[in-house]
Amino acid sequence: MKLINFFRRQSTAPVARERLQILLAHERAVSGKSDLIAILQEEIMAVIAKHFPVDQEGIKIKMERGEVVSTLEVEVEIPTPMCPSFPLPAKAVVPVKHVLSEESETACADEPDTEMARTGT
Amino acid sequence: MGDSNMAKVLVVTSGKGGVGKTTSTAALGAALASAGKNVVLIDFDVGLRNLDLVMGAERRVVYDLINVVQGDAKLAQALIRDKRVPTLSLLPASQTRDKDALSDEGVSRVIAELKEKFDWVICDSPAGIERGATLAMRHADVAIVVTNPEVSSVRDSDRIIGLLDSKTERAEKGERVEKHLLLTRFDAVRAGRGEMLNVEDVLEILSIPLLGIIPESSEVLRASNLGSPITLNNPASAAARAYFDAAKRLNGEALDMTIPSDRKGLFGKLFGRRAA
Repeated sequence: MKLINFFRRQSTAPVARERLQILLAHERAVSGKSDLIAILQEEIMAVIAKHFPVDQEGIKIKMERGEVVSTLEVEVEIPTPMCPSFPLPAKAVVPVKHVLSEESETACADEPDTEMARTGT
Repeated sequence: MGDSNMAKVLVVTSGKGGVGKTTSTAALGAALASAGKNVVLIDFDVGLRNLDLVMGAERRVVYDLINVVQGDAKLAQALIRDKRVPTLSLLPASQTRDKDALSDEGVSRVIAELKEKFDWVICDSPAGIERGATLAMRHADVAIVVTNPEVSSVRDSDRIIGLLDSKTERAEKGERVEKHLLLTRFDAVRAGRGEMLNVEDVLEILSIPLLGIIPESSEVLRASNLGSPITLNNPASAAARAYFDAAKRLNGEALDMTIPSDRKGLFGKLFGRRAA
């Protein structure tokens, strides 16, 4: 019995190998998703650029994984050409379905407390 | 002097710290230079430089990589030529500045200039996956992923392989960085007993070609104590022979893969096993 335990105790490498195989399969799938984020960023950018002059740097995309739902947060900075009279709401939160929310924000030095406007899809 | 068309930029990287990047950079650089190649080693570990110490050149550092990148010193002023092997040079990292002092353009310019003068430009990467590590791999043609047969090291190597396939100049141009696995601190006896991941396990998980297996050896520490690459300090040791073979494979030689061992008498064998 003791002899069997002695040999069993030594063989930990197969456990290490199996744990790594499972973990890395998962991690490689997740890091593949970061490409998806880059593609989304480019495509969302192209759509928004049709309507507003936006900067390549002015878009931020973040994906958070939750247990029930995951959220995709999109933040777009739109430059305000004529600050006081620019017709856009300073901040618009657009919920897209229940997992996707788009948040666009324009910084306006003259009117820091512009009311928040909400629009549904 | 080197032909810039033939010059190769090699990054020695790993993700995890303490697996033997700097030791391997020094050992392989000295082995390649001893074989007649013009070799320069660049320490990219800004703020925590150590390649100078492992090479025994710590008291000869005047200017560093950041000085050259920022134009405060000429390349020739910063390069330290090895006193043992005349074709081996070192470009040390800065100990005081931070990695943000390295601009992408500046590093590109320095690498291009070194490619004119050397056959091999070997970049010793810092640990981690942050900017210092991505900067060190940026211009690489060839990458050595240093891995210990241990779970955290293998996992981090997998991350680094992902970065080599996406964050390098070659990857962005749709080309491939030639990647090699260097398995370090390997203990054939423990792997045989099933206590340590074996070579096949690591190769199967990481699926990049094997450049060499460096056996765990007390000679490695002795060499770094003395400030001498193992391939110069004790060329006959098992670890040094493994590094010489790896250097030959980098130069395109096809050699059988062996795990060299330090021959011990019966006494040594008995004690060696007990101590392990």
